[in-house]
Amino acid sequence: MAGLATTFGSGAMTNPINEITDEAELMFLIGTNTTEAHPVIGYKMRQAARNGCKLVVCDPRHIDLVDEADYWIRHNPGTDIPLLNGLMHIIIKEGLENKAFIEERTENYEALKATVAKYTPEYVSSLTGVDEELLYEVAKLIATTDKAMLFYTLGITEHVCGTHNVMSCANLQMLTGHLGRPGTGVNPIRGQNNVQGACDMGALPNVYPAYQNVTLPEVQAKFEKAWNVKLPNKVGLKIPEMFEKANEGEVKAMYILGENPVLTDPNSNHIRSGLANLEFLVVQELFLTETAEYADVVLPAASFAECDGTFTNTERRIQRCRKAIEPIPGQANWQTICMMFNKMGYPVNYSHPEEIFNEMASLSPSMAGVTYEKMAAKGIQWPCPTIDHPGTPYLHAGKFTRGLGAFQAIEHQAPGETPDSEYPYLLSTGRILQHYNVTTPYSSGIASIWDREWAEVNPHDAAVLNIRTGDKVKVASRRGELTTSVKVTDRVLPGVIWMSFHYTESPTNAVTSDVLDPITGTGEYKACAVSIVKL
Amino acid sequence: MELVKLNIDGKEVEVPAGTTVLQAADEAGVHIPRLCYDPELSLAGACRLCMVEIEGWRGMAASCITEVSPGMLVKTDTPDLAEVRKTILELLVANNPELASNAKGNNVLAKYCEQYGVKDSPFKGETNYYEIDDSNPFIVRDFSLCILCGKCVRACTEMTGQDNLGFLNRGYDRKATTAGDVDYINSDCVFCGQCVAVCPTGALSEKSLTDFARDELKTVRTTCPFCGTGCNFDLAVKDDKIVGVLSNPESPVNGRSLCVKGRFGWDFVHNEKRLKTPLIKKHGQFVTASWDEALDLIAERFKEIKDQYGSESFAALSSARCTNEENYLVQKFTRAVMDTNNVDHCART
Ligand code: FES
Repeated sequence: MAGLATTFGSGAMTNPINEITDEAELMFLIGTNTTEAHPVIGYKMRQAARNGCKLVVCDPRHIDLVDEADYWIRHNPGTDIPLLNGLMHIIIKEGLENKAFIEERTENYEALKATVAKYTPEYVSSLTGVDEELLYEVAKLIATTDKAMLFYTLGITEHVCGTHNVMSCANLQMLTGHLGRPGTGVNPIRGQNNVQGACDMGALPNVYPAYQNVTLPEVQAKFEKAWNVKLPNKVGLKIPEMFEKANEGEVKAMYILGENPVLTDPNSNHIRSGLANLEFLVVQELFLTETAEYADVVLPAASFAECDGTFTNTERRIQRCRKAIEPIPGQANWQTICMMFNKMGYPVNYSHPEEIFNEMASLSPSMAGVTYEKMAAKGIQWPCPTIDHPGTPYLHAGKFTRGLGAFQAIEHQAPGETPDSEYPYLLSTGRILQHYNVTTPYSSGIASIWDREWAEVNPHDAAVLNIRTGDKVKVASRRGELTTSVKVTDRVLPGVIWMSFHYTESPTNAVTSDVLDPITGTGEYKACAVSIVKL
Repeated sequence: MELVKLNIDGKEVEVPAGTTVLQAADEAGVHIPRLCYDPELSLAGACRLCMVEIEGWRGMAASCITEVSPGMLVKTDTPDLAEVRKTILELLVANNPELASNAKGNNVLAKYCEQYGVKDSPFKGETNYYEIDDSNPFIVRDFSLCILCGKCVRACTEMTGQDNLGFLNRGYDRKATTAGDVDYINSDCVFCGQCVAVCPTGALSEKSLTDFARDELKTVRTTCPFCGTGCNFDLAVKDDKIVGVLSNPESPVNGRSLCVKGRFGWDFVHNEKRLKTPLIKKHGQFVTASWDEALDLIAERFKEIKDQYGSESFAALSSARCTNEENYLVQKFTRAVMDTNNVDHCART
């Protein structure tokens, strides 16, 4: 989310989900397979498209929403920046940019203009494989539509240039004035149920709750006073750095709550060796996962059905999670963590999660006005600074969080690893409808129908490799290999193989790249070079 | 917005022009029986159970498709209406008297039958026999309970946009079914279960809930633990066990719509592989331990490592699946107790 933070001053979805059906006149989707990764949002997009809202889908893969789309831009994987720059080039050339918005609300426009000047339709077409004609039509449509919502997910962020991809999305929406009003915005749809909340709560190495910087003395002083302890002011380690340092023997002990990095993080062999190298590892989990196997102590976790608390969805809506049954391991997770505090000699005595929430809110200006009572019926969308504030459905009305929106001049960057003679195919990864990371395989109904990985391979490649749907193949990269069943389909482009990452038996992340976006540390899950051999 | 005043069963109501009589009655707190009407779906006017009397109108009107007009005098509950509703219900249960008594599942029709004293039907005729479809782990379909209200068809098209359900044949053989009239498992169904959520008779039901009447279940409203959309639903609980998920129409983001994970993926909660006690690794093997043993060991080792190698030798991974409160505690623990900012959560945003 660093991209939006730089451009706007805050990194969350700008507009609410219900504006898809209630407000938008155009939806511009790039790198989001919404009907599978966020099905209910996908339904709304479908409803809107069928009710006359225009739909542009930019995706190399033939995702379901392509069938509802007015325009499908099937650009080559890893060419999002040239595509977006190319659209902006045309908009500026045709004089269709929103001059008033650029003038009043933004800065650094000249730099953007100079950069996109190079991205002529001809050049962009050669990089992306998209027809010039199509580029013109879509560019004009975006620029001449009053209310356009842009959506993206991991297809944009999980690249070596992920942050730059995000900035390019923001550039397009600023150029056309599609921000700060209902039915507009730059809308990253967050993956996991509480990834927004985990960020908001300061489960990040550089910020306390509500994005308060750990290096700012006044912030440090505030938390030192509240928590009655001296606090460190040095920015901590991001996940890839943690495992780097674990491999080097500098990080000695870890506590991992409810995550299974061995299965979900890129280049899992590197994660495994890091975990094995620790002196002491504590994992708190529902199941004995691949990661938990490395632990010295495993703490049983309670599931969402056993806990009171709150989750924050992708549109910043804080909502209640309510305990329906007694915790199966005998205590809720917050109680376990409190035990850890107390045994370490830092006494805490919360009697209910609500007290924890209230402490957080009292230290977080953007959530200071949120209470359990206020969120009970419909949730509350932050910012909500005071107790009588109703919450904020859309951001950046009249003014960006940072003041002026900052255009960023962004150049094309090729993926960190591209196919070559030894590893001639491009592996891309994503989610499928039926599974969610690592919990759903434990649902017997879901597991019984969708029981294995189906890697998608284009018919052209299938003919060359002599494989048919149902065959097994070995997929190998420079980092590892796996076996998977194959489905032959023209949903993917020739030269590309597509897989999910939900199955222990086909651990996709054993082969994915260890190239990271240098700004966020996000792995390049969307592109790496592999070989495919029929078994 | 133009407002229209009318009178329903003696109550004055003011609603925007274009509102239907049924919606106005809901607004006024007057419940008109209905089967094919649904606030999230287009209007069908198919079942006629929502008939009302309107002063000055000839005959009765289906309130779900009748728009309000100024000064309307509406009666929703008269002996004539009761008689008509009874007859409609008797016709609906003619093929299968079980419909009138079977209170299991989401059988709204049975509740109306009870209200209007319908136990069986004088209109017995030939009965079509259809196999029950329980080809999949989630949804059971029993055509003998179907009254052809068409809500499932509309839900599939209008809520999910999957277009998997439609009407087939005419007259006596008419049925609401999948494209090609195949079992759910062999159709294009994505198992979102919207059709089940709207079915008023239990012809479509959640497999896990078929044995329970709705009122024996405790429901707890909560937020879905899977993706970032933040759908709300009710967990259905029986004897401290989750037995299903029910749509909650008040949900701000999703209304009653859900996906296969949210509606049917909850059973991971009771998977037998769930960890129930702490485990400590001894000689490469996990052995069970008490909470105190486990946490004493954790505290001892964390302290030792912090003392020996310094705070920077510790790192915590919090979770995008856990609550805000748990995340808050993890970062506070890392910072306030372990004295480091080495805290992050899964990069897979
Ligand atoms: S509810 Fe009005 S006709 Fe069915």
